[in-house]
Amino acid sequence: MIWSGLLIYWANDVYKVGWGDTTLFHFFPDSFYGALHFNGRLSEGMAWHFLFMWLFAINGVSYVLYTIFSGEWRYLVPDRNTLREAIQVVLHDLHLSNTPLPRQKFNGAQKIAYSSIIVMGLGSLLTGIAIWKSVQFGWLTAMLGGYAAARVEHFLLTLGYVGFFVIHIAQVIRAGWNNFRAMVTGFEVVDDCDFS
Amino acid sequence: MGGIAAAAGFGTWMWIRDSFHRGGIPSPLRRAEEADDVFSHALFSGTRLARTFDAADIGDARANGDIGLGDDPEPDWKLIVDGANPVSLDQIKALPKVEEITQFKCIEGWNFIMKWGGARFSDFAAAHASGLTEKPWVGLETPDGEYYVGLDRASAMHPQTLLAYEMNGQPLTNDHGAPLRLLIPVKYGIKNLKRIGKISFTDVRPRDYWAENGYDYDSGF
Repeated sequence: MIWSGLLIYWANDVYKVGWGDTTLFHFFPDSFYGALHFNGRLSEGMAWHFLFMWLFAINGVSYVLYTIFSGEWRYLVPDRNTLREAIQVVLHDLHLSNTPLPRQKFNGAQKIAYSSIIVMGLGSLLTGIAIWKSVQFGWLTAMLGGYAAARVEHFLLTLGYVGFFVIHIAQVIRAGWNNFRAMVTGFEVVDDCDFS
Repeated sequence: MGGIAAAAGFGTWMWIRDSFHRGGIPSPLRRAEEADDVFSHALFSGTRLARTFDAADIGDARANGDIGLGDDPEPDWKLIVDGANPVSLDQIKALPKVEEITQFKCIEGWNFIMKWGGARFSDFAAAHASGLTEKPWVGLETPDGEYYVGLDRASAMHPQTLLAYEMNGQPLTNDHGAPLRLLIPVKYGIKNLKRIGKISFTDVRPRDYWAENGYDYDSGF
């Protein structure tokens, strides 16, 4: 989805971080497109994007429905203790605190992160629809601040995923191989001697 | 499990990428876009209007494509209507004049807001193409035939679709498609053909320049 989105974004790569005439960072440097062979592939990017969007939507809706009906949402949706727990987790992970963390399936930071991702996914879907069908869903496009604003929001959400991905991967590496295997398979292999 | 899923995903990607190309993109992607177009046509309503703006919102027009604009327009230009009589610019101007300030959106991602003046396509069709207007498709091309687009009937007959002869209150300049261009705010800029030479009402889907070069045929909002 992000790959095909970048093929599209290349055709009008106007976003940058900066102010006035000062640019801190331009999305993206020419070398970035060159290295990834992203130049001149707008129509191909759109074609992939318009195929993937259905998978993205169906996958997202299925996941949310499963989470609701299986009761798994209870482990994911933040409650009134979540923020306090999340701060503990962050302090712990940054080695600023030695307080042991409460044992639970997902800690406060995870609850906030994983729930945010679902909301962001919904945001990508809605901003995407607002861009794709800006007349038939004109009310949605207007609600999001207009066509150009919806494009910016769609882009910012994507930056959010990249940020999530980087932190997530760093955390998984930190947690070790056994944890990663458990994430994928759903069970954990524990050596006998660990019980002693 | 994860490995099998990854392999299947990679295999599907390879299969799509290496398929023969139709209209400039791998055929499975073309089929997916055609399925999207069926969805788009079902979704489309002629009563939903593109957003209109205030005069203060008008920006600078960007003249992007010049395919089909190689020669200056003929002084005795007339609009050729397949199966009916040619129509002069004065005859178009005699139709009720509509002015609208809309957002012109390029498929590349940029846009500008501009005021356009002209006759509704539907008024033109009723007056100068009677008996042809029930055909499901409309094809337009430049006088030299270099650029051509196809439209579904519903989008062509949309109340905001104009045969425009004015931009920002002035007659169209050559680079914006003088003397007469299509202005269709319910579709991407690629469908807004400049310097119309000929209009055909057809039973079969007309050829379309950018759909032959990898882009979605419908390209509608």
